[in-house]
Amino acid sequence: MSAFEVGQEIAPKSYPVTRELLVGYANASGDQNPIHQNEEFAKSVGLPDVIAHGMFTMALAGRYASEIAGNSGAIREFSARFTKPVVVPAGATVEVIFSAKVSEVTAESVKLDITATCNGEKVLGMTKALFNL
Amino acid sequence: MLNPGLTEIVGRTFVGAESTTVSQESITNFALAIGEPETNVAPPTFAITITLDKSQELLQNSGLDWTRVVHGDQKFTSTRPIVAGDTLVCSSTIESARSVAGNEIVTVRSDLHNGEELVASSWSTLVVRA
Repeated sequence: MSAFEVGQEIAPKSYPVTRELLVGYANASGDQNPIHQNEEFAKSVGLPDVIAHGMFTMALAGRYASEIAGNSGAIREFSARFTKPVVVPAGATVEVIFSAKVSEVTAESVKLDITATCNGEKVLGMTKALFNL
Repeated sequence: MLNPGLTEIVGRTFVGAESTTVSQESITNFALAIGEPETNVAPPTFAITITLDKSQELLQNSGLDWTRVVHGDQKFTSTRPIVAGDTLVCSSTIESARSVAGNEIVTVRSDLHNGEELVASSWSTLVVRA
């Protein structure tokens, strides 16, 4: 029997984002867009400061879902909308807080609605993950 | 009004001539970069490391200005996790393209095949700012 029930709220988790982590993600993912590393460049294109890769924030949501599922290999569907950038000032550790609610449970799978906020603002929208039991 | 040039690119396909063989090192580096424990299966967003380049190439070949592109939304599905040793060929298709308030909104679907087996699909909605 599944340990999950529709409507169940999953305990939130907070993950840090720093400039160093963004450089690490750029190297691991191959996305070297300077808006995620270079403050001067980011500001020159009208951004408030360096911003996290949307895919980095989504990857953290995936990490949260993986922890709920028990392993990252269980996730079969995963989607998100990039609503607001996560702004990462020099020297700062910015926290992104994830929470989730179970929206669907079948004999084989569980679906989660995930919320991601940073400084009280939603940074991802329509974030859904489906994992196999 | 819909940009007539934009609708013409719908259905364009790009099949990578080269395959990407996934190494355990690339999975480990990606997992560590996002704070996941070391794992022998790729995290759920790992496919983007292969598909984003291909989407970029397809859009550039279609005449869209990549420097003004913002990632709008993203979806992944998979039949199983990507693992080390998978030799993945990426085929990308422009599924939709429309113009909203001067911004061009393009959805690119990329399928990753290991031989005949479809392992994962990625949908990237990219917004080319006016």
